[in-house]
Amino acid sequence: MMNFKKIDEKDIQALKAIVGEDKIYVGEDINEDFSHDELASVKRMPEVLVEAKTTEEVSQIMKYAYDNNIPVTPRGQGTGLVGGSVALHGGIMLNMSKMNKILEIDEENLTLTVEPGVLLMEINKYVETFDLFYPPDPGEKSATIAGNINTNAGGMRAVKYGVTREYVRGLEVVLPNGEVIEVGGKIVKNSSGYSLKDIIVGSEGTLGIVTKAILRLLPLPKKTISLLVPFNSLEEAIETVPKVIKSKSAPTAVEYMVRDTILSAEEFLGKPFPDKSSDAYLLLSFDGNSKEEIEKNYEKVAELCIESGALDVYISETQERHEAIWSARGAFLEAIKASTTEMDECDVVVPRNKIAEFVKYSNDLQKEFNVRIKSFGHAGDGNLHIYVLRDDLSQEAWDKKLSEVFDCMYKRARELNGQVSGEHGIGIAKMEYLRQSFSEPQLAIMRGIKAAFDPTGVLNPGKVIL
Amino acid sequence: MEIVVCIKQVPGTTEVKVDDRGNLIRDGIDSKMNPYDLYAVESALKIKEDKGWKVSVITMGPPQSEAVIREAFMMGVDDGYLLTDRKFAGADVLATSYTLSQGVKKTGNPQLIICGKQTTDGDTAQVGPEMAEYLGIPHVANVKKIHEVKENSIIVDLDMATTLETVEIQYPCLITVEKGIFQPRLPSYKKKKETIKKQIFTYSLKDLTDTDEVNYGASGSPTQVERIFPPDVNNDKEVWTGAGDDLGKRLFKKLVELKFM
Repeated sequence: MMNFKKIDEKDIQALKAIVGEDKIYVGEDINEDFSHDELASVKRMPEVLVEAKTTEEVSQIMKYAYDNNIPVTPRGQGTGLVGGSVALHGGIMLNMSKMNKILEIDEENLTLTVEPGVLLMEINKYVETFDLFYPPDPGEKSATIAGNINTNAGGMRAVKYGVTREYVRGLEVVLPNGEVIEVGGKIVKNSSGYSLKDIIVGSEGTLGIVTKAILRLLPLPKKTISLLVPFNSLEEAIETVPKVIKSKSAPTAVEYMVRDTILSAEEFLGKPFPDKSSDAYLLLSFDGNSKEEIEKNYEKVAELCIESGALDVYISETQERHEAIWSARGAFLEAIKASTTEMDECDVVVPRNKIAEFVKYSNDLQKEFNVRIKSFGHAGDGNLHIYVLRDDLSQEAWDKKLSEVFDCMYKRARELNGQVSGEHGIGIAKMEYLRQSFSEPQLAIMRGIKAAFDPTGVLNPGKVIL
Repeated sequence: MEIVVCIKQVPGTTEVKVDDRGNLIRDGIDSKMNPYDLYAVESALKIKEDKGWKVSVITMGPPQSEAVIREAFMMGVDDGYLLTDRKFAGADVLATSYTLSQGVKKTGNPQLIICGKQTTDGDTAQVGPEMAEYLGIPHVANVKKIHEVKENSIIVDLDMATTLETVEIQYPCLITVEKGIFQPRLPSYKKKKETIKKQIFTYSLKDLTDTDEVNYGASGSPTQVERIFPPDVNNDKEVWTGAGDDLGKRLFKKLVELKFM
């Protein structure tokens, strides 16, 4: 298995004939960036990097690769965290980031049609001018939309609005043999057979290459208010979360953070945070169409937080105030990364009423394994981002420790009826944990799906499922 | 010892509309406390925490300006004063400064007056210093740092663009503070509940020492605004492509050339 053909001069010429001389990079001309993504320690250079500009080009490249048994790894901005876009078997890397046009806004169907390389940050900037809104809100705003679609990214507003899958109406997909299909469409309902669209979403580039996406938009809420809620301890903070969910007051986001992380972010940004007198915080946000409507909602939650031991509830209503808080929240990952030599993360998701238990457990692992573990995350949707930091450990000691700590965490997540990944995907890094968490019949169905789309396994080989 | 902070309600957005007479249309648009004033309020609250001084805020504006006083209460301010009268409307910087200088006298006998450096709707940065002139007290603008709050004076750094000057000023005095002097605290929900019914001292023209209306509002304004418009957005950009190393060097050269470094 996995005996792929090596790229030779004939292949290069064939690819040049498809996309043109200047869209092909070979060997040393390929920037080192294309050998890895944001976090995974796995590195591998592709043999050839090709920039595609049209669906037709993607289709021809895929057909050529299929006919010649050459592996193809599609890549957006390389902001993934599990090695999903690393060319594990060399071959062709298909850089999709140049297909980056917004094609159409349809105000009658409330949809936006985009090419795969459009950046997340560009989408909301664009649709907001039409008083519309694309709810998914992952922290990494420089990711491409197809990257988000392929990992079924979630983000902070998932508590109220759900995840990327719920905002993908239709896709144009190039199959591994080069055929082009359209799945879903500008339709709200769809009971027409198996939903291929929903299988493609979250498939991490292993089933097909997304070349166009129709996204669902909502009317833009006119106002947002955030609450920063200080607590004496992380436990107190996080134990309040299920009560907030139960209160049915529909916050858009519920995040938790500890002072340590805030201090790292302050240092990283060179910008002070509005409050750091407490050990732990919840950060909630609410949206709506008037201040009164939102106030009614948040006052209930504010009271509930105070009853649960919150020291106060700080209110942020203006752009300046939001920025002071949310810019720090957005920098947590980079700030923690800057505080150590290397790190790896666990992106498990557990039922929301189990989140306190899991956070406490992962905190306790610090002592047990004598390693720094940092966490912050989407308390409101049960998705945690827990980072194990290498600091000055030797490679050998680090590999051993990381694997032991991760084994504990994923085992605990399974016991709590959680899943391996909330939003970052499986890629290379989490395959073993996915295998452990699924039963054999489930794995067999997944392998069958992969084989149905990609019988020869040329598309993004070595990822998600083997 | 008392501090008065001057605050202003400004439009919450830069997409402002202007009426025929060149006045901002404030109805129906979101408003907020002038962002620079948040730094002034925070500076005063820091002194309050440190020295136990009393902090009041004062604002001039229509009745709905009460909202920024309520926000100041939620940050920890002790008292609020609202100067509101139709006769104050249409005031330019001079008339505004005069009205505020009259109003400050109603707050008692403050040792220190703190203003934000400027507002985001007027952007003149003149009201603070002009007010001090009317009050006949020393003033320092663009204060970047407060070194020491003493019994009879305050020592501050003022930012003169190319130089930094450290000065000591005797009370009573007025300072205007720069953005970033402190990180403004967030309004507290607990304080919101405590102060929801708290009285705001409201004064109109008849309550002031000088009740001659020619000194206020449009009639007290030697200048008139001809036109208000948002500044042009500058989207000029250059795109460079090339190898990282070369681009790095080129960027460095450019930044030096533009005197950013």
